[in-house]
Amino acid sequence: MIKEKYYISDFCIIRDNRVFKNGEQIYVDTESENLKDFAKGIYKFMELKYPKFHKMDELCKLGFLASEVLLKDVENLREDTALVLSNKASSLDTDRKHQISIQDKNNFYPSPAVFVYTLPNIILGEISIKNKMKSENAFFVTETFDAGFITKYSKVLMHTGKASNVICGWVDLDNDKYDVFLAFLSKKGKKELTKEELNKLYRSNSYG
Amino acid sequence: MAELREELKEKLIEQLSLEDVEASEIGDDDPLFGDGLGLDSIDALELIVLLEKDYGIKLKDPKEGKAIFESISVMADYISKHRTK
Repeated sequence: MIKEKYYISDFCIIRDNRVFKNGEQIYVDTESENLKDFAKGIYKFMELKYPKFHKMDELCKLGFLASEVLLKDVENLREDTALVLSNKASSLDTDRKHQISIQDKNNFYPSPAVFVYTLPNIILGEISIKNKMKSENAFFVTETFDAGFITKYSKVLMHTGKASNVICGWVDLDNDKYDVFLAFLSKKGKKELTKEELNKLYRSNSYG
Repeated sequence: MAELREELKEKLIEQLSLEDVEASEIGDDDPLFGDGLGLDSIDALELIVLLEKDYGIKLKDPKEGKAIFESISVMADYISKHRTK
């Protein structure tokens, strides 16, 4: 049992064509007809200049964009900031695209650029590269967002000195249906990190 | 040859998701890797697939790509000499 208190400093949600930062809606796009265009809209809104973004699969784009929103006002992000993410569909969305490219023996041209994203933990790598993090990271596949497990795992990382901060959450995508929640955890803040609080924040901003 | 060079520029932009790049911005002799377009190792693999899929050229040794993908001009020259479709 860890008695030391940890806190949720910031959180970001991307859901229902909207982006929220700490509960406030910062972006909405009801015009885009697909996730690719929606993600590109957020990229432009955030005024990002990162060409590699366009090469990412849609799952990675969502995780990457949420991390950019989350970390926008974080000063001096430490390189030992850990990443603890989870989802339900793993990389199924891209796995299907890869499957389509290899199922016809007479038209067998698997794309290396698609194949590299057939693992959900690539999101962790992309966020780490962008933010120069050299830290503990883990990606779990669970049926639903398991706030209890994520809270415990993150606390252990900070308590044992493996990480100064943790970015944790849920980045799920399946057939254009997406649900993204990231939280920045630290040793200082107002919202205490508990299973109940993390779950409450995850469930906020639903349906606009 | 000029037509093939323009075709390659368009294919590169589409295949490698170079969304912030216009075909007119790519010089015929600009290096594709390093300081030029800044392509990476996955892009190199994509180009190998592109050669086979669109021009019927199968590289026996992926290391050959380093010389072939030096620039649009070099690529176009190689394709025009070796294409089977």
